[in-house]
Amino acid sequence: MEHIRLPKVENVRLLDRVSPRRSRVGTLYLTATHTIFVENKTGVRNETWVLHSLVCSVEKQAAAASGCSLLIHCKNFQVLHFVVPREQECHDVHLSLQRLSQPERHTELYCFSYKPNVDEKERCQEWDFLDLKADYSRMGLPNSLWKLSPVNQHYKVSDSYPADLFVPASATPPVIVGSSKFRSRGRFPTLSYYSKENHAAICRSSQPLSGFSARCLEDEQMLEAILRSNPCSDFMYVVDTRPKLNAIANRAAGKGYENEDNYSNIKFQFIGIENIHVMRNSQQKICVVVTACELRSPSMSDFLEGLESSGWLKHIKAVLDAGIFIAKAVAEEGVSVLVHCSDGWDRTAQVCSVACVLLDPYYRTLRGLMVLIEKDWVSFGHKFSHRCNHLVGDPKEVSPIIDQFLECVWQLMEQFPCAFEFNARFLITIHSHIYSCQYGNFIGNNQRERIELGLRERTHSLWSYLWKNQADYINPLYRPDHSQTQGLLRPSTAPYCFKFWRGLYNRFDQGMHPRQSVEDYLRAIREETQQLEEQLASHKQVGPGVVYIHDVPLPGLLRCRWKFRGMPVFSANVCFLPSFLWRDLPRSYVGSIITKGVSEYPERVPPMGRF
Amino acid sequence: MEFAELIKTPRVDGVALHRPFMPTVEGTLCLTGHHLILSSRQDNTEELWLLHSNIDSIEKRFVGSLGSIIVKCKDLRMIQLDIPGMEECLNIASSIEALSTLDLLSLMYPFFYRPMFEVIEDGWNSFLPEDAFKDLESMTDEWRLSEVNKDFSVCPSYPPLVAVPKYVDDDTLKKAATFRHGGRFPVLSYYHKKNGMVMMRAGQPLTGTNGRRCKEDEKLINATLRPGKRGYIIDTRTINVAQQAKARGGGFESEANYPQWRRIHKAIERSNILQESLIKLVEACNDQSHSMDRWLSKLEASNWQTHVKEILTTACLAAQCIDREGASVLVHGTEGTDSTLQVTSLAQIILDPACRTIRGFQGLVEREWLQAGHPFQQRCAQSAYSNSKPRQEAPSFLLFLDCVWQILRQFPCSFEFSEGFLVLVFEHAYASQFGTFLGNSTAERAKLSLPEKTVSLWSWVNRPQELERLTNPLYEANSLVIWPSVAPQSLLLWEGVFLRWNRSSKCLDEAYEEMGHIIAYNKELQNKVNSLRRQLAQLETEDPLLQSP
Repeated sequence: MEHIRLPKVENVRLLDRVSPRRSRVGTLYLTATHTIFVENKTGVRNETWVLHSLVCSVEKQAAAASGCSLLIHCKNFQVLHFVVPREQECHDVHLSLQRLSQPERHTELYCFSYKPNVDEKERCQEWDFLDLKADYSRMGLPNSLWKLSPVNQHYKVSDSYPADLFVPASATPPVIVGSSKFRSRGRFPTLSYYSKENHAAICRSSQPLSGFSARCLEDEQMLEAILRSNPCSDFMYVVDTRPKLNAIANRAAGKGYENEDNYSNIKFQFIGIENIHVMRNSQQKICVVVTACELRSPSMSDFLEGLESSGWLKHIKAVLDAGIFIAKAVAEEGVSVLVHCSDGWDRTAQVCSVACVLLDPYYRTLRGLMVLIEKDWVSFGHKFSHRCNHLVGDPKEVSPIIDQFLECVWQLMEQFPCAFEFNARFLITIHSHIYSCQYGNFIGNNQRERIELGLRERTHSLWSYLWKNQADYINPLYRPDHSQTQGLLRPSTAPYCFKFWRGLYNRFDQGMHPRQSVEDYLRAIREETQQLEEQLASHKQVGPGVVYIHDVPLPGLLRCRWKFRGMPVFSANVCFLPSFLWRDLPRSYVGSIITKGVSEYPERVPPMGRF
Repeated sequence: MEFAELIKTPRVDGVALHRPFMPTVEGTLCLTGHHLILSSRQDNTEELWLLHSNIDSIEKRFVGSLGSIIVKCKDLRMIQLDIPGMEECLNIASSIEALSTLDLLSLMYPFFYRPMFEVIEDGWNSFLPEDAFKDLESMTDEWRLSEVNKDFSVCPSYPPLVAVPKYVDDDTLKKAATFRHGGRFPVLSYYHKKNGMVMMRAGQPLTGTNGRRCKEDEKLINATLRPGKRGYIIDTRTINVAQQAKARGGGFESEANYPQWRRIHKAIERSNILQESLIKLVEACNDQSHSMDRWLSKLEASNWQTHVKEILTTACLAAQCIDREGASVLVHGTEGTDSTLQVTSLAQIILDPACRTIRGFQGLVEREWLQAGHPFQQRCAQSAYSNSKPRQEAPSFLLFLDCVWQILRQFPCSFEFSEGFLVLVFEHAYASQFGTFLGNSTAERAKLSLPEKTVSLWSWVNRPQELERLTNPLYEANSLVIWPSVAPQSLLLWEGVFLRWNRSSKCLDEAYEEMGHIIAYNKELQNKVNSLRRQLAQLETEDPLLQSP
């Protein structure tokens, strides 16, 4: 509270970014957790809520006659442009927001003050919803080839690894500890995914500390043990996800990559995924393109050139290509793979999880994707706090690594519309909450930190929230028995198969999205079908001879109901309006020639950022 | 001329056919006057029947005595034929080249084709101007159907009947025609029932450098304005291009002579630039390099998406003037046969729900493209693989279809037809067994007696089994104006045409099928419930005791 210099400013304008003349006037409130804009308009109570933790940057522009502009860029790609009448007020709001959006201590994060109406018992149950051990036993583990190792209890061997880890049955504690000493940050090779069918496994680690000539017997034994845990194969792949040049450069610092001569029966492979700094710059560029395309009359060339020069889709393709390489090695060749990058918590997490989505239909279900994120990202120590900038910190640590994973999944959904149980809204919701700090799941950088912060005791879990609201996230085209759903996905990686994810980057630009959503339509149809089925079943219960229909709405009425339901609060990616509610006004088509009134845009109401 | 003269080798055995996403077929290759046929001895493989007129270009390759011909089609498909024997291969290649470039319309396949289906309704008579006018008459009496062009002497590219303002006589029309490019005097294109505003189209006015004027032309277009109202002239050229046109006798309407009209210039590219754009786009789609940078830069350099955006934007503007501004609009470019028609037809898709039905869309293509004199024969003579020097080829119509597809993607429940219908129309515009898209104007079609000698595409489409196949399962009629987004992020590459032969569409097709199942099952249950309801109602009337269970 001490950071709020000015709790309330009146006569603030919220500009419509596409047609600035359609702005709204209202009052701006600063609270401990949100910025709230309430429109002054009799009759309607139009509110825009922005969570402080979602604010990425606040920019104050030079004062003009109309007032002083304040631009708020959010981590969920929402951009808000306020005009505050007096410069001093703008200055105060600016300073307050800058501080509020950059908490210095974990305890300031929203998850610790977020208190939905849930009792303590229920809150505890939320955290029991997902159980990683259950996923490993789903894979068939432990078994005679892989065992649960207690070696990292109390995080003694690697403080960024989880306590429970699966290792080859033949790997003894001295081998594991020896190997961990030869790996960056002690992240020794351990199991990420095991294929019951053919015993092939995906293992992950950090880079070896090989320098120019160092070797480590235990590390070599560790890889040998992994190879032996796959009785069907006489070699394994070691995949270094970095560009070769980066890996070579690391040798000078005493790190590097495996020498094929020192390890028996490995095939070594580089896959050039760029580092976190390249990815950060790339996303920044794409954000500039997107924002620029909103402001002035954008040309197709500007957009495509911007898309190309950002390199974003190229990076997405690189991650997917790597995932495909590993998935094919496991499913088609039956060969185990060890994946690493430098520290083994960014590119490695991306590649292992993408491979899992390709390999195992389970990870394409609602619950499966949550488990996968919990396993390969949360438990294996992807540094969410640093990468998502939850606390004020080193800007060079920030990078959209998890964004790229979610986008890979989205690209796959575009190619396989029936193969995923969830929809794009699910991915976008997860994306938002990774950054929102509303739930405890993504706070901290690893398991050890999360336990110290007492997140299980003090915060809520996103996974159980998503599960309770699963109706919003179900892909109506998904059918567990569909041929597309089965086995390994074989996506095309031709460049033209990669699309710009408008649903994420232009989430808040309602006018840019299809005005009718096929998905919502189908969902409504399925709901109606279910009700019809119930009606028919109830008729059958009454028995032949007597016709009796419960007092239920006519199908036509049902469909009306759907039409009103058509716009879920948290889904700017779809804005299906029932046809009789359409206020579809023309957009600005005039360009440079302004004729009176011809350039009206639809009034775009930013969806509530209140979650 | 006999086709036999052109067919040097009518038949070769042991030919292997490679097609995208299909297993290789081995069989006998036969050339007939109109088709390239490959039939296999295996029972279960599909035969290939390819119209010569669908062949855009061919490429020959030799490895030893095995020759290969790569056949590149106007529908953008590429197939490869491996032909044993150098001489046979050369003969086949030269025959295909000769047969696929026949200029004489009367030798085209539609004149030889006999339908194997029952014609329920003759498509040639389905969309006559007099029938369209009857619809107009039911809404307004301000227009009349003029026969001034009945012998095509006033405007060779117009149909014999055109709708014009009621109180403008034929002499005025004749004089106005002399002032417009190609004799294309302003005629009615669309009447907006909601507010009585209209859209007209014409050729450019022939003002020339000395600012010629034509009172009759002014009178004609002013007659469409309500008292005290102003209209918009949408010129599909930039102001510079329109200025330059004066030197060649063309020009634009000056403010001085047309004070009741406000001119807006928009830039839609001309035909040769569009053709080049298509060639570059298809080249980009066929690039095998797998480099993202290369793909995006080639896609951008093709400018295809830019053209889509420009055309769609201009059409939206025209629709906006009519619906939101309550003003009438006159659209023209230079000739008034390409960009003009793109704008007027797309504006109708946006404004008029009838144009979003299967039949309505056929009517739109008839009125705004075929009868409006878009020179299909010239524009669709070659497609993206042509090596010959371009003459008057241009993908104007394909761009129109692409724009319709963009709107369909944004309003997936507002169109009665599916994407497949648009692809079908595209294919038939370039090569067809039907006579619909032959010739460049109604006059040419009449001269060739196409309605008598050939079958119309619409005769084939308008049969229950075809209609069912082309219907969009998501369709729910809505009577509203639909405003598409023209933001770059909202415009997509039309994969169904441009990537059709490059990537497997199996998974997307399955999704479409699944969608159909969900909807069909729902309908089935609805019918069951409704029939139960009827039974109940009947029982209630028969037995009053049952009424309160």
